[in-house]
Amino acid sequence: MTQAAQAVPETATLAAEPSGSRRRRGRTGYLLMLPATLWLLLFFVVPFYSLVATSLFDASGSDFRGYEMTYAWGNYVDVVEAYWQPFLRSLWYAALATGICLVLGYVLAYAIAFKAGRWKWLLLVLVIAPFFTSFLVRTLSWQLILSDEGFVVDALQFLRVLGPDDRLLATPVAVVAGLAYNFLPFMVLPLFASLDKIDPRLVEASSDLYAHPFVGFWKVTWPLSLPGVVSGTLLTFIPAAGDYINAEFLGSTNQRVIGNVIQGQFIDANNSPVAAALSVLLMVLIVAMVLVYVRRAGTEELL
Amino acid sequence: MAPDDQAPARRSTLSRRGLLRGGGAVAAAGLSVAALKLPFFSVAGAAQDPASCRATDLSERERRLVISNWTGYIDPRRNPRGTYNTFQDTTGITVEYNDDVNDNAEFYAKVRNQLGSCEPIDRDMIVLTDWMAARMIGLGWIQPLERERVPRLHENLIDSLRDKAWDPDRTYSAPWQSGLTGIAYNAAYVDEVGSFSELLTRSDLKGRITLLTEMRDTMGFMLKVVGAEPEDFTEDEWYDAIDALNRAVSDGQLRQFAGNNYLQQLANGDIVACEAWSGDVIQAQYDNPDIKFVVPEEGLSLWSDNMLVPNLATHQANAEAWIDYYYEPEVAARLAAWVNYICPVEGAREAMEQVDASLVDNPLIFPDEEFLADTWDFMPLDDRQSQQYEGDWSDATVG
Repeated sequence: MTQAAQAVPETATLAAEPSGSRRRRGRTGYLLMLPATLWLLLFFVVPFYSLVATSLFDASGSDFRGYEMTYAWGNYVDVVEAYWQPFLRSLWYAALATGICLVLGYVLAYAIAFKAGRWKWLLLVLVIAPFFTSFLVRTLSWQLILSDEGFVVDALQFLRVLGPDDRLLATPVAVVAGLAYNFLPFMVLPLFASLDKIDPRLVEASSDLYAHPFVGFWKVTWPLSLPGVVSGTLLTFIPAAGDYINAEFLGSTNQRVIGNVIQGQFIDANNSPVAAALSVLLMVLIVAMVLVYVRRAGTEELL
Repeated sequence: MAPDDQAPARRSTLSRRGLLRGGGAVAAAGLSVAALKLPFFSVAGAAQDPASCRATDLSERERRLVISNWTGYIDPRRNPRGTYNTFQDTTGITVEYNDDVNDNAEFYAKVRNQLGSCEPIDRDMIVLTDWMAARMIGLGWIQPLERERVPRLHENLIDSLRDKAWDPDRTYSAPWQSGLTGIAYNAAYVDEVGSFSELLTRSDLKGRITLLTEMRDTMGFMLKVVGAEPEDFTEDEWYDAIDALNRAVSDGQLRQFAGNNYLQQLANGDIVACEAWSGDVIQAQYDNPDIKFVVPEEGLSLWSDNMLVPNLATHQANAEAWIDYYYEPEVAARLAAWVNYICPVEGAREAMEQVDASLVDNPLIFPDEEFLADTWDFMPLDDRQSQQYEGDWSDATVG
């Protein structure tokens, strides 16, 4: 943010020199940025500041006695010691769900972009259609679908995939499946946007040069779809790592993720410093992972 | 928590490794702002004085009343002859009734900032369970009720709900309904579950039980299981109970901690037995007679949900009229016939004969002394204890 704020005046002064109309354009830039900047200041910077401050309160305070600012950086060490397991579990579930979404989403987006013909737009609407229902309702209905006495479990037991006492609900499988289901559209849409832009004549050209279809895909389609892959995985992984509704509704007590812990600390244990430290840590961790990922993928210019 | 002398070392590791490498100009900016001495630092205690933090009562001029209660806790409001409409018709008070209380801790989190800084929450009455009522009264967030405006409360309240340590004379609170926590099971799937220790150990129940998310309900039973008394226990006993709970969780005996959706799962067989609230079970039995309520060998936990008038409520007299109205035995009987919880009003049992004779002898609605001898109440916790124990509880349930 600070970088952006510094960068803008420079370009503005550069642009302002040649003529008067350019100066107006510079001012327009500021005006256009104003609403979003104010919005972010009010609803992101201020709350984030208060969150960081809360995370440094003496964790032994309470609502009766108040909280004292003691710069208790030890809060961060304490929460890592106490809650590293749900932390890792969140990242692991989110990674699995992202992987599943990538495979399912790529195939689907590919089919929509290249094979759907006149059904293209209808299929796209169908991908978005689940958003017309609330996230909570959709997750709760998975409880019914995966229920111990439901048809899915019955069918899998009949096929001997599941033992007679096995279940789906309240297992990691249900949680990851729920995450993958809920975030699939976030994967499909950017992938579709990338794939749809690819000129089919490029693939034709590769086969004219005697490339096997697989090679053609690997050398032409895949690299050109990378921007979609990167933004799709980010759009899936980031919310999935913070999501706790799926773990809450579809998991058991042994599948709780970091979001559950944060909620429990804020609301049940009434310990806001610990909850705040966990929240800050989660944000820092995700930002760090995203930066590393984008570097590694070598796709900064694609974003 | 951590000793202060360790703090500087940690600070440097975090700022170097966590911030700069973790990058994110935003995170860095946020933290550097936090490092300056700006406002927000230290939050004062949230205790208030109800004598000074109060509003002028507008009840005479404004014939209205805003109530927040739990879901499904009143007879149908559409019924023109139900208790709700009768109250509106006889008093001329328009009642804005919200069923927006789902969980005590969650409701507390919702109103903490306002009530803690003496700002109105735009409600004239809230209904919360004993321990939360006790906490809010202790924080000075609740207005005392005018004794002469609620005569029926003091006349008709049943004996077992009098003399509570946190509000001995019912100065601040009036029970709305009272209830018992015990065990429910689905007879279509399993045999009777007679005790809590059975619930936690029987192999045919493995992975198919839930416990309640209310700490005092569940931990009361866990304390009983390890041989302690929920009414008076030591810290060691508490940790024994927490260990027993952790074992049940890690063994996979327990499927979930449930708030209020356990009955649906019990009915469709995802779970076969659970810790349950009496009134919920009776209501569920109308649809599914296989669902049974058991008085566990360990006894029952007795609680009540209490009507409270928060600070800065502007229609206190109207709220008191509501309380007094629901302490009429006939009204209480009509309410109890619908919600099926323990009726806190003396004389409602006689009135029930006119309303629904089949419920008169139901001990879960009108328990007698003998039945109540086996019930307990959870020990009142002081501020530090409640913070420590609620932290342990949260770790056990979501860790």
